[in-house]
Amino acid sequence: MTRSYIGQPQNRVDGRAKVTGAAKYAAEYNVPDLTYGVVVSSTIARGRITALDTSAALEVEGVLQVFTHENAPGVAHLDSSYRDETAPPGSPFRPLHDEAIHYSGQPVALVVAETFEIARYAATLVRVDYATEAHATDLMAVRDQAYEPPKKRSGIAPPSKLRGNAALAFANAPVRHSGEYRHSIEHHNPMEMHASTVVWEGDDRITVYDKTQGAPNSQQYITRVFGFSNEQVRVVASYVGGAFGSGLRPQYQLFLAVMAARELKRSVRVVLARRQMFTFGYRPDTIQNVSLGASMDGALQSIRHDALANTSRFEDYQENIVNWSGALYKCANALFTYKLAQLDAYTPMDMRAPGGATGVYALEAAMDELAHAAGIDPLELRLKNYTDTDQNEDKPFSSKALRECYRQGSNKFGWAKRRPQPRSMREGRELIGWGMATGIWEALRQKASAKAVLTAAGKLEVSSATTDIGTGTYTIMSQIAADTLGLAIEDVTFMLGDSSLPPAPIEGGSWTAASVGPAVKAACDAVRERLLKLAREIDGSPLADAKRGDVTFSDGHLRLTRDSSMALSIVEVMRGANVATIEEEATAEPDRESKKHAMYVHSAVFAEVRVDEDLGTIRVTRVVNAVAGGRILNPKTARSQILGGVVWGMGMALHEETFTDHNLGRFMNHSYAEYHIPVNADVHDIEVIFVEEHDDIINPLGAKGLGEIGIVGTAAAIANAVFHATGKRVRHLPITLDKLLM
Amino acid sequence: MRPFSYTRAHDVAGAISALSHERNARIIAGGTNLIDLMKENIERPSHLIDITRLGLDAIVRTDDGGLRLGALCSNAATAYHTEVRARYPVLSKAILAGASPQLRNMATDGGNLLQRTRCYYFYDTGTPCNKREPGSGCPAINGVNRIHAILGASELCIAVHPSDMCVALAALEAVVQVEGTGGKRGIAFADFHRLPGDTPHLDNNLARDEIITSIDLPARGYPEHYAYLKLRDRTSYAFALVSVAAVLEMDGDTIRGGRIALGGVAHKPWRKPEAEALLNGQQASPDIFRRVADAYLQGAQGHGDNTFKIELARRAIVRALTQALNMDKSDDPQLHRTTTEPR
Repeated sequence: MTRSYIGQPQNRVDGRAKVTGAAKYAAEYNVPDLTYGVVVSSTIARGRITALDTSAALEVEGVLQVFTHENAPGVAHLDSSYRDETAPPGSPFRPLHDEAIHYSGQPVALVVAETFEIARYAATLVRVDYATEAHATDLMAVRDQAYEPPKKRSGIAPPSKLRGNAALAFANAPVRHSGEYRHSIEHHNPMEMHASTVVWEGDDRITVYDKTQGAPNSQQYITRVFGFSNEQVRVVASYVGGAFGSGLRPQYQLFLAVMAARELKRSVRVVLARRQMFTFGYRPDTIQNVSLGASMDGALQSIRHDALANTSRFEDYQENIVNWSGALYKCANALFTYKLAQLDAYTPMDMRAPGGATGVYALEAAMDELAHAAGIDPLELRLKNYTDTDQNEDKPFSSKALRECYRQGSNKFGWAKRRPQPRSMREGRELIGWGMATGIWEALRQKASAKAVLTAAGKLEVSSATTDIGTGTYTIMSQIAADTLGLAIEDVTFMLGDSSLPPAPIEGGSWTAASVGPAVKAACDAVRERLLKLAREIDGSPLADAKRGDVTFSDGHLRLTRDSSMALSIVEVMRGANVATIEEEATAEPDRESKKHAMYVHSAVFAEVRVDEDLGTIRVTRVVNAVAGGRILNPKTARSQILGGVVWGMGMALHEETFTDHNLGRFMNHSYAEYHIPVNADVHDIEVIFVEEHDDIINPLGAKGLGEIGIVGTAAAIANAVFHATGKRVRHLPITLDKLLM
Repeated sequence: MRPFSYTRAHDVAGAISALSHERNARIIAGGTNLIDLMKENIERPSHLIDITRLGLDAIVRTDDGGLRLGALCSNAATAYHTEVRARYPVLSKAILAGASPQLRNMATDGGNLLQRTRCYYFYDTGTPCNKREPGSGCPAINGVNRIHAILGASELCIAVHPSDMCVALAALEAVVQVEGTGGKRGIAFADFHRLPGDTPHLDNNLARDEIITSIDLPARGYPEHYAYLKLRDRTSYAFALVSVAAVLEMDGDTIRGGRIALGGVAHKPWRKPEAEALLNGQQASPDIFRRVADAYLQGAQGHGDNTFKIELARRAIVRALTQALNMDKSDDPQLHRTTTEPR
């Protein structure tokens, strides 16, 4: 029997390429006569450019051109041309469009030179004069200008409809809690900075190496904005050094690099500086109010969840923040609102578990406060309000093993030994706190295509335009393909990140495994059918009478299941049928049955913190995260996903915050040194548990996406543990030591 | 970065000569700070003088029983040097609390003294900064100032010196040996760095043509009672919100003398000898530690985001003195990693 790869902790098939440097990222493609573009960024938040002096820059030897709004070439006119797959309603930002400044850090010029060093130097010589206008960058200051987004963002559910009478039920509830929760702006901070290398191929054809979560998305943007045809533009993103949502929309370096290449008829590379990674999307500043009413035994009587988040002046960015509160617990009375307020800033952008990481934080912190008010164990409170239907949509879950997450997670953590009173556990100067929270994220699926090509040598090449942003797509798709055709994984090559391959959606929303996986399986199944047909037709075939169900594909062979001596190798079939290749393309999409169900991935997170009583320093010493994510295709890459999410949850709880100088309207801690994310020394024991969850409805693989669930709930579990340790409730993340001092 | 020329110096005299002849020249050694600043167009030298081949990287005993740290000795080599660890453990610990292993391998001891502030505004050429562009203004005072000074600041600048190593050197009362066209001289550590006053663009009192040749540690290193406590927003690779180097000389339970230096609170490592003197002849107790801490923070001024540092520094001094007294490492909130079951 051949080994089965699905469900096994298969090493990353691209691991060697990555650690040896063979894997190339967008800024690493070197071509002859490459030129280099460096972006000049605005220093004001709002106003207009009154004068531009590029003469000093142009005088530097090696400078080819300085592009500004004054000399930028004509491009598409309509907003619709700039709208990408994930664009929210509004007018997308257009680089070098006119003299208007919409936010601090806006690109105002691109200096292109023969070397990067020359371009960077010349960029410092560009003089820009501005007329400033009063700006607003403080959400609190524009709170009274909040509005309900008039046009909904595609793919984002608006607030769930009212259930019962939340206000009355809250007023009548014997146990009540209301709290305002907030987090500040956070930035994605992938290690790889955004970059585009545009290779001028002649004849108005370009190959673009772009840092993106969707090569087809970038291709569509380029063709629409610059008037190229699909045949003229190929976008490649073979490897992506982290993105976390920052690559979901084509970023301005792509526009600038393509523009410069088209004008100069030269290959151009534009790489953003680290500080410029703070000049486009981010997780928005959000203020959330949660009110929970319960009976004495903890049964929820009323849930109200209101969220206010910032957006830009040109687009209404939206995410689902409040609906989790309607899906997670049973409650007859519920009210949800979601509003936006505009700032002089770039439009926010999806960042790992957009809306979920933040909305569930507020809900789960509030649930902890309710448990404390009711004198009920926080885990008991969750179990008391467990729901088997999604009340938002009145649908059953396709699967929901959350109860088992609670059980296995709490057992592993030792939750039963928790003393309920805050400040009741300590060791030396350290107060010890145990907290928990629930996590939830959508189990999404999109339409996707894949192609499989089998060669006479028995090698399989499978491809799809999807992306691997470090998540393990290369590996799990190779596993699925190898298993479907009974091949060794070494005989399978998976290709992705190329707009010329069969279409796939952007890699986001944790949907890639569940969307591209079935397409890969379908394409390989089609190859399998063809192989069997050929095998039957070979003279003297031992499989002449075999039907589809009689044959097993393993070890590179087709065998009769009841008599494994009756077999042909794939190579024998191909040779016998005199076939060079078998090529099949397939498209897979959600079926009707799945639409009758609510589909989610769930988790239960348990955290231990130790807080220095005098100094307020917090250590997260243990986290147990139990996840119900359907069938786990690869426990190794899946665990890495959850580990990364948990570490990010720690950062969200304790470290991450972009500081805005509201006088200047500018983000100030725009570096890895001063924008803090957890370092190794902050990370102690993290245990990941995958509970068994069987799901026949969600997709043919039974797999749910895991990219986002790891962060959801983690920040709340840590914040709740800090309360348990100290008796102090900090409702504005991150919980830095100063907030515990006083 | 701006185009610049580069030469390699072969002896100290040559380095000094090159420095005195080229008006906009800078010395480069480890380059861990200067190169970053050049890339960001903050430092704009026209000429770099590479001194990494001068030797000056030895650690040797001095005639008075102290230890001489060559200016080009790496931070890592210093921190792990047998004699430094045995005789000046507070210095070793302070160095290892800073940066990352890679940076400590490259960074030199002399360069550590000369590293520039990490003020957000100083690093962002899109904003005013009196330290970077004298006279342009200081947005930090009414802006984002979580990491800024609470002591010794001026109306022109509230930046802090970012070094950990220097905090220990201040407590140890090291002497900085320098050489220039005017000859050699030693600068007491307390006099090496400056307060911003109305010249915030000047970080230290090194003359324009002087280079650091060594840092001399006096004979007394306080290995029996010392602490370096660093409080920051994450456990590693973050500059101190507040750090404390504390050393004590004990006679039984009686304090014979002690020194305290604060980092992360001022434009230079902060010493206050009159507050330290309160320790002399006292029985060690939480009460005397608190009184010293209160005296140390007298006159401290917050600017909003950083006001918490005043109380944090007070508590940090008490904790550091307690650690120095008891030599109990488990008191360090961000270093020990036990995960025992709670009682």
